[in-house]
Amino acid sequence: MGMLMRSRTIAATFTALALGMTAACGGGSGGASTGALTAKGPIQVWLSNNPEEIAWGKAMVASWNAANPNELVTAQEIPAGKTSEEVIGASITAGNAPCLVFNTSPAAVPQFQKQGGLVALDGFDGGAAYIQARTGTAADQYKSTDGKFYQIPWKSNPVMILYNKDVMTAAGVDPENPPLATYDQFLATSRKVVSSGAAQAAIWPAPTSEFFQPWFDFYPLYAAETGGTQLIKDGKATFNSDAGAKVDNFWATMYSEGLAPKEKYSADSFADKKAAMAIVGPWAIAVYGKDIKWGVVPVPTSTGKSADQIYTFSDAKNIAVYTACKNQGTAWSVLKFATSTEQDGKLLEMTGQMPLRKDLATTYPDYFAQHPEYKTFADQASRTVEVPNVSNSVAIWQQFRDEYSSAVIFGKTSVADALSKSADKATQLAGQP
Amino acid sequence: MATDLETVDAARPPSLRSRLTALLGRQPLGLLFAGPYMVFLAALFAYPLGLAVWISFHRYFFAAPGAQVDRPFVGLTNYQTVLSDPAVRKSFLNVGEFLVINVPLTVVLALVLATALNSVVHLRSFLRTSYYIPYVTASVALVAVWLFLFSQDGMVNHLLGPAAPKPSWLVNSGLAMPVIALFVTWKQLGFFILLYLAALQGVSKELYEAASIDGAGRVRSFLSITVPGVRPVTTLVLILATITGANLFTEPYLLTNGGGPDGASTSPVFVMYQRGIEQGNPDVAAAIGVILVVVVLLISLIYRRVLERD
Repeated sequence: MGMLMRSRTIAATFTALALGMTAACGGGSGGASTGALTAKGPIQVWLSNNPEEIAWGKAMVASWNAANPNELVTAQEIPAGKTSEEVIGASITAGNAPCLVFNTSPAAVPQFQKQGGLVALDGFDGGAAYIQARTGTAADQYKSTDGKFYQIPWKSNPVMILYNKDVMTAAGVDPENPPLATYDQFLATSRKVVSSGAAQAAIWPAPTSEFFQPWFDFYPLYAAETGGTQLIKDGKATFNSDAGAKVDNFWATMYSEGLAPKEKYSADSFADKKAAMAIVGPWAIAVYGKDIKWGVVPVPTSTGKSADQIYTFSDAKNIAVYTACKNQGTAWSVLKFATSTEQDGKLLEMTGQMPLRKDLATTYPDYFAQHPEYKTFADQASRTVEVPNVSNSVAIWQQFRDEYSSAVIFGKTSVADALSKSADKATQLAGQP
Repeated sequence: MATDLETVDAARPPSLRSRLTALLGRQPLGLLFAGPYMVFLAALFAYPLGLAVWISFHRYFFAAPGAQVDRPFVGLTNYQTVLSDPAVRKSFLNVGEFLVINVPLTVVLALVLATALNSVVHLRSFLRTSYYIPYVTASVALVAVWLFLFSQDGMVNHLLGPAAPKPSWLVNSGLAMPVIALFVTWKQLGFFILLYLAALQGVSKELYEAASIDGAGRVRSFLSITVPGVRPVTTLVLILATITGANLFTEPYLLTNGGGPDGASTSPVFVMYQRGIEQGNPDVAAAIGVILVVVVLLISLIYRRVLERD
């Protein structure tokens, strides 16, 4: 009886598995439903979930809706998830992505494109020309490997070094002109901060293993050191080089001497005055401006390049049209409206984030005259480097981070080995579909 | 005569009733009651498992409905990719380390505490509830407490003073996984104590009385009566603790910030999340999942063979 029962159980299990696999075989691909590029009608858009962008987004939508009652736009925050990219990726798969997402990460674009979730903007009348006219030559960084734009470069948060003037003073460092230009200067200042007890850490970048963390430690300094070179160029990794080694060794010294902690701070180390510096974009002004007397300098380079020669990571967020959209004609019109000179000005005014348009400072002279604290970031915005738009982008960054963690943060392997191993793997991944 | 009738019965084709009985059993109403759960199992377990196995043998990625994508059969390629990936191998070793600490600790502590709770008279409900609270509390909230305890500037290091480990607990390659194992043991303990408490009600008090008359002490009674008396539940606890441990994700994700330090606390499920969700390679993630299911099944079978030999 027991044997019979066991046989039945096994048979039932395999039957269920077979049914599942059969059903699985039936799923999958079908005909693409890209929608008409010229279709007009109501659309839905998703906004980022920070209060400033929501306020801008709602005002922009209200303005559009007032003028276009037959093409109403409904806006909502991106649904909650571990990351926006996961939510968008899931919505592409489910077929319920909105028409526009005003928070599309450039690193996720190759994946969304591979999923069949994005509309090539070149297909719209004057699409590519509009993007290039607004952003200039910097727009080329956002082209996909097939030469098309699947995203419009929207806004950047060029990463710089924000420092706390009071902490610098307490450490015996000139708060108006802290020596932070070269690696040696940065290290010396950091040692003063920590040894004086002015702050627990000189700087506290997240020492965690998420794929995007290199954008806030290695990549800005690498962009500066190389004069604006991307991680991958022409399908090959660029960072197994003298510049890559210099950046890695700089951070390795910061970690090994305890100037940058190896454990994540669970709140905001800069706001809590646990760290003297932070590596952030202009959004930080609105966040820290009231409570902290701050100053800002470009990220350091080994030779101390002048500020006007320094590149950094853009930390851009872009806008894309998703294939689930039925009224793509309206989506394109709204996209152009939202990135017009007027709306970009309002975005700048309300969020402090830098629209990715050429001649930013001269387009909005009044704003920068009234808000001189943003001028440095605006100047830096003209020299930014984006993540490479290559296939397997996230996998490339993840394996880079893993090797970096091992060699630089925890000192388990040599920097040279880590760079070599990671570069080989990155080149291999970039060459895969 | 009887022989003739039997011959006739054997030759006659089975009636509709007997065929229905053969198909539906003697109590077809039972199927009606079991039906909803069978549908639940088929939809939420069998189908996803079958789909995962299918995906693991194909080049697969999540695509928009209607997108024209090629998903060719690739045989064991995904399994080769997984088995040659040092990060995946490391994650399996990590979870092995976790299970070696977590599972025996869970069984021993749960049984000892359940036995102790079974004998206390006062505050029994309070104590039972106390042990159960961590189990029903969200991991995210508990992780915050453990971060307060075990971070560099946490309470444990303050108490230990110069004896505090360097690097600190959660960024120490040798200590991160043991800390996670302790956390999970503590969190899950209440549930397993309840299982043992239920089992202890089935152990006859007369056995303890007889052992006492024969001069057995508490330890001897525990080892000779309690432990064998709850053996079926011990098998269940071992299997459940192993399954729970093999699915380790939240703690490496939150407590050690993404499997750190330097991958010392990554788990197979965490790597599945990275490969499948973040990096868009669900085929590779599915292969990891299938291997994990097979490993857990094998471990469970070994438990049963060893513990249920009688």
